[in-house]
Amino acid sequence: MKNIIENLNRVFDNRVRLGIMSILVVNDWVDFTTIRDTLNITDGQLASNIKALEKVEYIEIQKQFIGNKPNTSYAVTKLGKLAFEEHLKALEDLLNLNG
Amino acid sequence: MNQQNEHLQTLTEIRSMMERSSKFLSLSGLSGIAAGIVALVGAAMAYLYFDMDFFRINAEYVQRGIENEVSYRTTYTKWGVKPIPFLLLDGFIVLVLALSLGFYFSVRKAKKHGYQFWDNTAKRLMINLSLPLIAGGIFALILLFKYDLVELIPPVTLIFYGLALLNGSKYTLDEVRYLGISEIALGLMSTWFVSYALFFWALGFGVLHIVYGALMYQKYDR
Repeated sequence: MKNIIENLNRVFDNRVRLGIMSILVVNDWVDFTTIRDTLNITDGQLASNIKALEKVEYIEIQKQFIGNKPNTSYAVTKLGKLAFEEHLKALEDLLNLNG
Repeated sequence: MNQQNEHLQTLTEIRSMMERSSKFLSLSGLSGIAAGIVALVGAAMAYLYFDMDFFRINAEYVQRGIENEVSYRTTYTKWGVKPIPFLLLDGFIVLVLALSLGFYFSVRKAKKHGYQFWDNTAKRLMINLSLPLIAGGIFALILLFKYDLVELIPPVTLIFYGLALLNGSKYTLDEVRYLGISEIALGLMSTWFVSYALFFWALGFGVLHIVYGALMYQKYDR
């Protein structure tokens, strides 16, 4: 029981971060506005949580210009994908154990 | 127990977010039903126009090796139109009406469920659908105008439409995949039984759309 709870990743103890990861694991590169609109959150909320995910190297960032507008896209890293899958597995294990 | 529910809810939310950001879910069952009805009306018009099964007669002529110039399709006229222009016009009207109604019902569903209609998944689905469709369309036009093989148009449209659906199905509701496979199967059968091309066409574009549309409506729209 204790082991399983330890498998829950603290980084994902946050709805917005989980949302960002959910989008990124099933897509290649997704830009800031698309993530923001899909999750229906503010710029500030998204920016701070992206920073947190970037810090632990779960996502990577690509900045480019489309015309003369800057455009930032994000993708999940191998490490991030692994961590996210383990977190999902841990959640499922917890449910199976008690259910 | 509370925590249990919380985990369950988190998992459900994650799953739905993964699905929503990778698949076009706005596709409405009503779009399918509408397209199916339009196709049936189009097929009925063709049936009425010829008074009989044009494709059977045409195929028999072709099999007997009668010259194209004297064949049934170049001499026949009804409602002031010859067969080929009539079929092209009929097909074009069906296509435009089916697409417009399809868009209308899917935009409506997107609004109702609070999805964005024109998002990345819509674009991806569109690209994956259009490439096989354009290839099939050009192929059909070449068959018609260069080789005069009008009876192969219904099978070809069924097969390429099925391939387009199969190709796009990864980006939308799962049922689309099975609809695609069924269209391909009907297309192949109709290539064999070419005399019944119009019947197979009505079955594929009419009946199947209505059946799958109703199924999808039951499952996702309400």
